Amino acid sequence: MRARSIPKIFSFEYIMWLFMRISGLAMYVFALTGLTIALIMGARTQMDMGTLLRWTFFPIGTHVTSSDILVLEQWINPFWSIMQYLTIIFATMHGTNGLRMVIEDYMDAGWGVHVLRGLLLIAWLFMLLVAFNLIQTTGAV
Amino acid sequence: MPLKRNVSFWEGLKYKGGGPMWAWILHRLSGLGILLFVGLHVLAAFLTAQFGSDAGIAINVVYESWAFQIIVYFSILFHAINGLRVIVLDFWPALLEYEREAIWAEWSVIVPIFGLATYIIITKALGG
Repeated sequence: MRARSIPKIFSFEYIMWLFMRISGLAMYVFALTGLTIALIMGARTQMDMGTLLRWTFFPIGTHVTSSDILVLEQWINPFWSIMQYLTIIFATMHGTNGLRMVIEDYMDAGWGVHVLRGLLLIAWLFMLLVAFNLIQTTGAV
Repeated sequence: MPLKRNVSFWEGLKYKGGGPMWAWILHRLSGLGILLFVGLHVLAAFLTAQFGSDAGIAINVVYESWAFQIIVYFSILFHAINGLRVIVLDFWPALLEYEREAIWAEWSVIVPIFGLATYIIITKALGG
């Protein structure tokens, strides 16, 4: 493992460094929004802790339909679909870039890095496609 | 320049980096764990929703076990709260002087939140 060189302003590494922090804060906003609105909608009496946590991490209807919720339309609607898209885009970008950083810590600069970045980009796009399909088929009414 | 390590993995773990080193290691491990979990979960949910696949349902049984929920919950909670510490210290480098105190503060937030939810999940799992 070697120390990272100091990135130039607006270099790829600098932008990703900034992105990791901003997307981390964004996921705080998404999770706390989901948790707060869930509690306002009656989660305290209508679902158990595990279900509430599943909803907090990803507000998709299939995470809560097995609980005792009363008004299904409150939990499955376009607002939550938008939240799902935002969460999945930020979370998968954050995760893919994190994996890239971990792997590149153990790699030397060279053509291998470019091949790896290409593979990770493809894997990320595949995961986005699968997740979008899932949101379209099960996340909407 | 090829990577050369003069110490073995186990020797490396003996490095006395203290709290910040363990936070760094746990941040990587929990991040990789979350990535593995989310990747598998999206894939399994996709297989179940699209094809009614048995494999997807089998993986779902694992996710829904209370032991798995506790591990995932710890990973996400630690990654989130440690990440917040990293963000705060990176954006206000003057605070780096208090890094060790920040790590103690971080654990004092994680332990009660994790303990409370874990207590509820376990008592419910044991038929409470």
